[in-house]
Formats: sequence, structure tokens, C-alpha cells
Amino acid sequence: MAKELIKGNTAVAEAALRAGLEAYFGYPITPQTELLEHLSARMPELGRPFVQAESELGAINMVYGVACTGKRVMTSSSSPGVSLMMEGLSYIAGTEVPAVLVDVVRGGPGLGNIAPSQGDYNQIVRGGGHGDYHLIVLAPASVQEAVDLTGLAFDLAEKYRSIVAVLLDGSIGQMMEPAELPPMQPLKTEIPDWAVRGTQGGEKRVLTSINLDPPAQEVMNLRLMKRWQEIEQNEVRYKTYFMEDVEYVVVGFGTAGRISLSAVRAAREQGIKVGLLRPITVAPFPEAILDELTGKVKAFLVVEMNSGQMLEDVRLVVRGRKPVEFFGRMGGVVPFPDEVLVEIERLAAGPLTTEGHPRDRWLSRLTETIG
Amino acid sequence: MVTTDIPTKVIYERPSVLDPRVTHYCPGCTHGVAHRLVAEVLEEMGEVENTIGVASVGCSVFAYNYFDLDFVEAAHGRAPAMATGIKRVLPDRIVFTYQGDGDLASIGMGEIVGAASRGEKITVIFLNNANYGMTGGQMAPTTLPDQKTTSSPTGRDVKRQGYPIQTAELLSTLGGAAYIVRRSMHSSREVRRAKTAIRTAFEVQKHGLGFSLVELLSTCPTNWGMTPAEARDWIKERMLPFFPLGDYKVSSAVADLKI
Repeated sequence: MAKELIKGNTAVAEAALRAGLEAYFGYPITPQTELLEHLSARMPELGRPFVQAESELGAINMVYGVACTGKRVMTSSSSPGVSLMMEGLSYIAGTEVPAVLVDVVRGGPGLGNIAPSQGDYNQIVRGGGHGDYHLIVLAPASVQEAVDLTGLAFDLAEKYRSIVAVLLDGSIGQMMEPAELPPMQPLKTEIPDWAVRGTQGGEKRVLTSINLDPPAQEVMNLRLMKRWQEIEQNEVRYKTYFMEDVEYVVVGFGTAGRISLSAVRAAREQGIKVGLLRPITVAPFPEAILDELTGKVKAFLVVEMNSGQMLEDVRLVVRGRKPVEFFGRMGGVVPFPDEVLVEIERLAAGPLTTEGHPRDRWLSRLTETIG
Repeated sequence: MVTTDIPTKVIYERPSVLDPRVTHYCPGCTHGVAHRLVAEVLEEMGEVENTIGVASVGCSVFAYNYFDLDFVEAAHGRAPAMATGIKRVLPDRIVFTYQGDGDLASIGMGEIVGAASRGEKITVIFLNNANYGMTGGQMAPTTLPDQKTTSSPTGRDVKRQGYPIQTAELLSTLGGAAYIVRRSMHSSREVRRAKTAIRTAFEVQKHGLGFSLVELLSTCPTNWGMTPAEARDWIKERMLPFFPLGDYKVSSAVADLKI
């Protein structure tokens, strides 16, 4: 299929549909709404359920219902709406049923604004809802990658009976760029054995997240954690750039990773031996490659559109063995490549330290810039 | 040994869809009766193997243990949303929720209004016992004026705590609602009438006529601090005046339904 110029939100919606999405439930919220709008037309065309729910609470619990039938189901929202969905996400995780969530992140906290942000990394990667559980979190950096990861999200959700979040920021959702959409897949015909359907003469199936017996609940928690270990083993994805002779590594995901790549290219032109590590799965986090790089390079620069949330994951791997610096913009402000380039130049010029916290150094510089 | 051959005819027995086990419900509570009515209706309609139940949060949280049906367990108040999802992808199945008044009329008001207004083809069995039973008898959206509960210890003061919600009346204003009625469980006669209403509600769903809900005035002797007999009288004397029994919405298509 040929590439077409397409908006991120629309592309993700169409990719989900072509991956065999059987039902969609959502609620309007900027900067995600085109996703809902696209499916409001396309799903009925194909005779598939589409419901604009009464709220995000309603939407995620409709998703929960369909997830219990074993069919491919998705919702999408943006930060404040995803906060409302946290209850349902915890229940879905606790029932061990597969579902896909697309989160087009905007500036916060609170109502914040509708500009692109990565401020919800902690919320999505570290849980968000109550109880011990993990989401698989995919973080695309382009419309094409968002398309590709949306299809993958359904496969992973079913493989691990888990929730998979596609974590976009508002700029990937809103921008138009060329992308190739996948061919239309037929709907799944196999229904997993655990899925409810009416007993049809067989044993009854009960899907629930309640478990009043603590030791039995602990067995369930253990099963979730073993599954997460398996995911960590098998599903780490990332991309590296300019790694041959690398001395400095920028780490950034999504749009921050993409902007950093422009800065890395510019720095290379100046002769700075810098490369980029762009996590595609931010959960599970690409720990092994980061650990390997820690042995090789002089220092790291973490770039995010938040106050340094993934930074903590990087620090846990690097463990003070090499200097780590941080640069971020918050509140829906998107950094320019030139700003990142200045940070790369600062890193290469030194002096470098493993003392203190990189966030503190960044905050004092940022305070000088934005007051 | 002398054997006598006495002809017998079974006129009353446990519906096979109700699991033969002791429930966790208190003595005198009408949840067991309501379960039985649902079970009898599904059996009589021949829909047992084709039905998916959605349990809610409250005393009936373990309803799925008592029915030999496929079941899911919703978050507090969200059963109508979960049922919406299931019914939309499995339109030829019977999908019902079983909810109490705290679940449906307080935390889940958004979900029930949404489902009813969309005309979701689901059936809601709604037990109203004027308090939060499972957590020990707190004030519910259905608690009557001056009724004492553990969180309205001097009686519900409507000036401070607002007025009870009349759910059947409220939902009957919505276009998608096809069948909305209120029945009671305080006497054999009313239980029989409740069963007819539950049958009608499931038939409404089976015929694709829209959203159906049966509100059942129910006893909670433990939290009301009464004997079962006193609790039945309390429904009659205190609840009926505020929650009149009746058919609040019967769409023309439902009125034409022949059962």
C-alpha cells in the first residue's frame, strides 16, 4: 500500500480498525478526539460497535465488558480522561483480560492544556490505578510508528492477557505526515476459552477481580509478576542511532526522542561523538542496552517533555557509574532541537559529575531561562 | 415391607440454575427471593445457556456464586457500562445486571442514565433497600427522610443531606427506556407480581425493544435493626408511600408484547 498524508490520531484509529478492532468506546477530549471521530464513521460502516460513552468511566468499563468476551477492544483518551479510566484499568488488570488504551498525552496537572506533553509517563508506566500491576507501554515517535505499534498492541495484549497502552503525546496525535497503513485484517474467529459467552451447555465461567482470601490473591499477584518478567524478557523494543564510536548518549522517547535525533545530527556535524537511544517500549524499559552503554560511554543526557520521569528509570540502570544529565520542558512546551543541541554541547564540554541530582542542575538552569 | 404407590406431582422445586448452596445473605433478606425469580424466569424462557450476568458491588457482589450462568463482576456502579460492552458484541445473548441502590443510584448514576438513554438492550434488576447493606447500613441515595442509618444517626435531615432519589420515575423520562417498573418483595402477592415484571423485562430484551429495569423494594432486617416480619411491614408502611409501586414506562412496543 502507498503512503498517504494522514493525521496521527486518524492513522491510529484506522490502524486499530484494520488490526481487527471489534468494538470501540470513547469520550471526546482534545487532543485525541479525531480518533473517536474517525471510528464513529468507520465502525458502523463495517457493522462493528461504536459507542460514545457517558464519560471515560463508562468507556473503560464498556471496554472491560468486551475484554471479558475475548474480542479485540480499545479506547482512547487524553490525560484527564485517562485519570478517570484508572479505576477500570486496575479492574481489567485484576481480571487478566486483554485491552488496548491509546493515551494522547497533554500538558498538566489538572485541566492543564491541550499541548503535547510526556507528563503522564509515571501514571502509565508505574501503574496509575490501585494494586500491583504493570501495563505494557509503547511509545511511538512518528505517525508511521504509531500505526505499526497499534497493530502490535493488540497482539501483545492477547498474548499476555494484559493491557497495552500506546503512549502518544499530543504532537504525534495531531500532526500529519506520510504513513503507510496496514492491509485490512479479518476479525478474529477464535474465542479464548476463558471468555464469557453464556454457558452454551458447558461449565460456567466467572471473570472477576475480587479475591477475598489474601493468600489466594497473593498467588494471583505472583502470576501477574511472573507474566511481567516474561514480558521483560521478550518484549523490550528500542532504537539506537549513531552508536559506532559513541561517547555520549542522549536518551529520549516519543517526540522528545525525535527532537533529540535532530540535535544529535547537528552535534555530529560539529564532530561530537553522540548517539541516541530511543526506547520504544518504555515499559518494559530497555535496561540491558542501557547497561551495556553505561560500560562504554562517557555520559548520558536524558531529554523529556516532563520534569524527568523516565530519568529515574535511567538512573536506576546507570547507578552512578557514569554522569547523567537531564533536560526537559514541561506543561506542554515542546523543546526545540537547538535547545537540546546546547545541552549536548554542554555535556561534551564538561565538566561532568556523578554527584548530586541531574534534575536539580536542570531546574536551576531552567529557572534562569523561564524565571 | 409394605410399599404404597402414592402418585406425586412436583409443583415447586429449586430452579436448576440456582446452585444448591447456602448464600451469604442475612436471614430475612430478599436477595435470595430476587435471585430465585431471575433464575425461574431464565429457565422458563429457555435462556439459561445464553445468558451473561453482570454482578455489582454491594451485598450482591457474590451473585455469580449462586447462578449457574456465565458471569462477570463489575466495579462499583459500572455494571451497566460493562453490560453495554458485552451486549454490543454479543447481541444475541441475554445480558443483565443485578445492582443495589448505592451501586446504581449513587456511584453508578452516570452509567445507568447513559445505558437507559442509549436504549441499551439489557435488563437491570435493581434492589432498593434504602441503605448501603454490605458496608453496614449507611445512608444511601434511597434512604427515606428521617430514616436512621449509621451515617445519618439522628435520621436523614433533608435540609442537610438532601432528598432520596426515585429511580424508576427518574429513568422513565429517558427515551431509550422501554420498560421501567417498581415492584416490592414484602408479600407473596407482590413477589408474584415482581416475577411477572422480571419476565416482561427479559422479554423486552429478547425482542430487542430497548432498556428494561425492574426496581424491587427489598428488606434489610440486619441493618434496619428489625425482625424479617417487621422489615416486610416497614416496606409496606414506610417505603411504599415514598416509592409507589407501578409501571413508570411501558413503551407502545412493550405494551403490544404478548408473553
